[in-house]
Amino acid sequence: MTAVLEARGLGKRYRRMWALADCTLSVPAGHVVGLVGPNGAGKTTLLNLAGGLLAPTTGTIEVLGGPPLARLARIGFLAQHAPVYAGLSVADHLAFGAHLNPGWDAGLARSRIERLDLDPGQRAGTLSGGQRAQLALTLAVAKRPDLLILDEPVASLDPLARREFLQELMEAVAGQGLSVVLSSHLVSDLERVCDYLVVLVGSRVRVAGPVDELLATHHLLSGPRRDPDTLPAGQRVISASHTDRQSTLLVHTIDPVLDPAWTVSEVDLEDLVLAYMSQAAAGGRRHLEVQR
Amino acid sequence: MIEFHLDGRSGVAPYLQLIHQVRHALRLGLLDEGDQLPKVKDVAAGLAINPNTVLKAYRELEYEGLVAARPGIGTFVTRTLGGASLAAHEPLRRELRGWLARARRAGLDDESIEALFLSTFRSAAEEDIA
Repeated sequence: MTAVLEARGLGKRYRRMWALADCTLSVPAGHVVGLVGPNGAGKTTLLNLAGGLLAPTTGTIEVLGGPPLARLARIGFLAQHAPVYAGLSVADHLAFGAHLNPGWDAGLARSRIERLDLDPGQRAGTLSGGQRAQLALTLAVAKRPDLLILDEPVASLDPLARREFLQELMEAVAGQGLSVVLSSHLVSDLERVCDYLVVLVGSRVRVAGPVDELLATHHLLSGPRRDPDTLPAGQRVISASHTDRQSTLLVHTIDPVLDPAWTVSEVDLEDLVLAYMSQAAAGGRRHLEVQR
Repeated sequence: MIEFHLDGRSGVAPYLQLIHQVRHALRLGLLDEGDQLPKVKDVAAGLAINPNTVLKAYRELEYEGLVAARPGIGTFVTRTLGGASLAAHEPLRRELRGWLARARRAGLDDESIEALFLSTFRSAAEEDIA
């Protein structure tokens, strides 16, 4: 199976700021990929590069086995804040979509609009935030893409609209077998829908992989205070906190943790993301603390 | 047809929650041989969860021999749990109620009762293994 997204040494610089640096990533098809990271981490830049809206400064990116600009007909792209044309009606949007996209599925678009109970004559500018997002999703899905890219699709929606949006998205994934990459700065949005995770912090990819695999290879260890440098070679510390007596470490290891001094517990997605975020934030600071 | 629900705060992986709910329904007789499980697409859309999660749960149940997938049609129950033991539930429940009443009279609160039950359950299970 080809990768839906393949980046090698990908970087994007705006003037003197690197929005994305040295990004190497290979995402297999058939997943719902969650791209997580704090605001300003480079999520939008990566998605815009994947959607062909930006050209890389360094490295390469391939989408569905080719350069993004050669794959536009097979990519559905939903930009942040679900932009629609305020002056055009819902029906106008569908006509517009049909006109621009050779693979347009008019039946699918119509049935979705009916199910969502949207009035075809209503102007998009007067729709609620949730309805606007659903309209934009309908346009992206009716194009029958192989890959759907969504930038913070639910960030501005209330909890009900958020759930309804994700329901429609999952219905499309199950029905059409498309791959999805969506970004969010909230892990809770992604926990149910994503089965592949990419954590992006400070313009760099910190970790990427299938969610099951990530959860199975990360463990939370707590026990008597200990210098993380004395751990077995296979255990990589992602985050560490210490009191004068106790150490709590989140480690990555493919081997079981055998040291009886540790109490080992499982991590959830949020623990994992937060650990990588704090690791990125701490940077070199951790070494100083250990020395002291 | 049963309807799934998810507890987001339980810490139990969603696919395991689905498996538990099917097993639970089989044990209580809510699902019977030949009954169809909800379609993957409907579960994914209803709960807003990844269809792969539902597939994973159904595959696991299939592996356990409880359900069978008929391609293009759906997934069907092939075996019930409970079965003959369903008849024994009622007398056992009565005994358990009697035991609970005695525990309360002895001054145990809910938490102590639960802890006592679980620790006894676990040590008995360990003895069985040994």
